Amino acid sequence: MNNRFAVAPAVFAALVVMPVYWLIVISVQGRGDASLVLFPSNATLNNFTTILSDPDWYMGYVNALIYVSINVVISMIVAIPAAYAFSRFRFPGSRALFFGLLMLRMMVPAILLVPFVQIFSAINMIDTHMAVAIAHCFFTVPLAIWILEGFISDIPVELDESAAIDGYTTLEFFRRLLLPQISTGIAVTAFFCFMFSWIEFLLSNALTTIYAKPFGGIMTRAGSVMSANIPLLAAAGVLGLIPGVLLAVVIRHHLARGFSLGRVA
Amino acid sequence: MHNFHTTRTAWLYLAPALLVLAMAGLLPIGFVAFYSLHDTFGGNVFIWVGTDWFQQVLGSAEFYDAILRSLGFAMLVLAVQIPLGIYLALRMPRSGALTTLVIVLLSIPMLTPTIVVGYLWKAMIQPGTGLLYQSLLSIGITLDMNSVVWTWAILLLMDTWHWTGLVVLLCYARLRTIPAAHYQAAAIDSASSRAVFRYIQLPRLKLVLAIAVLLRFMDSFTLYTEPYVITRGGPGVSTTFLSHELVQTGLIQFDLGMAGAMAVIYFLIALIVSACFYQLIVPTKGNRSNP
Repeated sequence: MNNRFAVAPAVFAALVVMPVYWLIVISVQGRGDASLVLFPSNATLNNFTTILSDPDWYMGYVNALIYVSINVVISMIVAIPAAYAFSRFRFPGSRALFFGLLMLRMMVPAILLVPFVQIFSAINMIDTHMAVAIAHCFFTVPLAIWILEGFISDIPVELDESAAIDGYTTLEFFRRLLLPQISTGIAVTAFFCFMFSWIEFLLSNALTTIYAKPFGGIMTRAGSVMSANIPLLAAAGVLGLIPGVLLAVVIRHHLARGFSLGRVA
Repeated sequence: MHNFHTTRTAWLYLAPALLVLAMAGLLPIGFVAFYSLHDTFGGNVFIWVGTDWFQQVLGSAEFYDAILRSLGFAMLVLAVQIPLGIYLALRMPRSGALTTLVIVLLSIPMLTPTIVVGYLWKAMIQPGTGLLYQSLLSIGITLDMNSVVWTWAILLLMDTWHWTGLVVLLCYARLRTIPAAHYQAAAIDSASSRAVFRYIQLPRLKLVLAIAVLLRFMDSFTLYTEPYVITRGGPGVSTTFLSHELVQTGLIQFDLGMAGAMAVIYFLIALIVSACFYQLIVPTKGNRSNP
C-alpha cells in the first residue's frame, strides 16, 4: 500500500468499465446500424423509449422492484432481532445456528429450484411476486443477519445494560437506542438484500410465467429468437444496471462490509 | 427488559427469522432429500427406493465429469483472482478520491444482474460489433467459440471481470487499517517490500482472504446463469457445470429422484467447504476486536 496513485488499479478499473461503456454505446444505436465506435454519431434513445413505453418490457422492471421490495421488508423485520440475539446471547446451539445461516448463504439456487417450483405450484403461488420474495429469503435473511450481527457487535454491550437499568422496555430499547445506533448498518443491509435479490436470475425466472416475470426472463425470451435485437437487449441491460451503479456510489464506504457478510469493517 | 440475556429471550428474538428460513430453506431441502430416496410415476405416488438414486448418480460418468468441470473452473478462478486481487489491493493508495472511484468502478460488475452479465459477454464475443471479438481480431487473433479452450478462457475472463473486485475490495479494506507506524518501523529496519508483505501485510490479510476464497469458491463452483447464456453448456458438454446438469435433470428431464440425489451430494460438498472455513471467519467472542 503506497500513498501515491499507482497505475495498475487504474488500468484494471478502466478495463472493467470498458464492457459496460461498450454496452451503453450499443444501447444508443439503431438495430441495423450498430457499430463498434467510441462515440456513436447516430446516438438515439429509441431503444430506451421502446422499453419504457411497452408494458411487456417495463413490467419486467416493475415486477422485479415489487418482489425485491417485499423481500427487503421481510428480511429486515426478521433479521434485526435475530442479529441482536446472535450478537448478545450465548446459548446452546448458537454457534451451530450461526453456521447454519452460512450454509444457507452458500446454498446453490439450483438445488432449491425443483422443490420451490413444486411447493409454490401446490399452493397456487407460482407466478406471484410473493413466491419470489419468499424464495429469495433463503439467501437474503442469512446475509442480513450476518451483516447486522457485525454492526450490532460494534455497539458496546453497556448500552443494553444502561437501558435495562433505566427501565426501558424491549421495544423502547430497540426503537429509541439500538436502531438509531445501527442506522448505517440497517441501510447497508437493506441495500445488499435489495441488490442480491435484484441480480438473481435462476429462481426469479423459474418461479414466474407472465404476471410476475422479471426483466431477466423477458430478456431471455427476446434474446433467444434468431433475429435478436441486440441494441434493444443492450438497453434492457443498461436499465438493469442502474440500481447497482446508484448503490455503489451511495454506500461506497460500506461495500466491503456488505460483500464480506459483515465480517470486514 | 426483564430476563436479560437468557436463553429463552434469545429464542424469542430468533423465532421470526427461523420461521422464514424453515419455509424458504429447510422445507425445500427436505423435499430434495425426500425425492432422492423415492421414485414417482406421476401424480403424487412416491415409492421408497432407498439409495438407488445415489448409486445411479455415483455410478454415472456424466455426474463425475460435471463435478470435475465445476471444481476445475473454481480452482482456475481462485488461481487467477486471488493473486490478482491481492496485487491490485497492495497497489491501491490508502485513500483519496481516485481510490474511491476505483472501488466504485470495480463494484459495478458485482452489482450487475447475472443475466445482464451473461448477455453482455455473449454480445462481447459476436463478430462485427463484439468488443472482445473485434479487439482480438485487430491483433490478428480469431476467437473461436467452437474451441473448448477458447470457451473456458472466455468464461474465466468473464468471471475475472465480474468478481476480482471482491478480492480487491476486501483486501483493501483490511490493508488500510494497518497503522502507519508498522510501515515506519519496517522502513527503519530497511525491510524489503517483500519482507513488508510477508511479515506485516499478509498475516493481517488472513481473515479477509479466508472470506474471499470461500465466497469465490462457492460462487464459481455453483455458476449457472452466465454459462447458460454464453455457451449453453457447449461446445459439446465442455462447459456444462454441476448447476446446469442439476437444472437439466430436475426441470427439463423432470427426473426428480436423480436430481434429488445429485442435489444432496452437491449440498454435502457445500457443507464440508463451509465448515472448513467457518472457524477461520467467525472468531470466537473475545478476540473480535482484532479480527
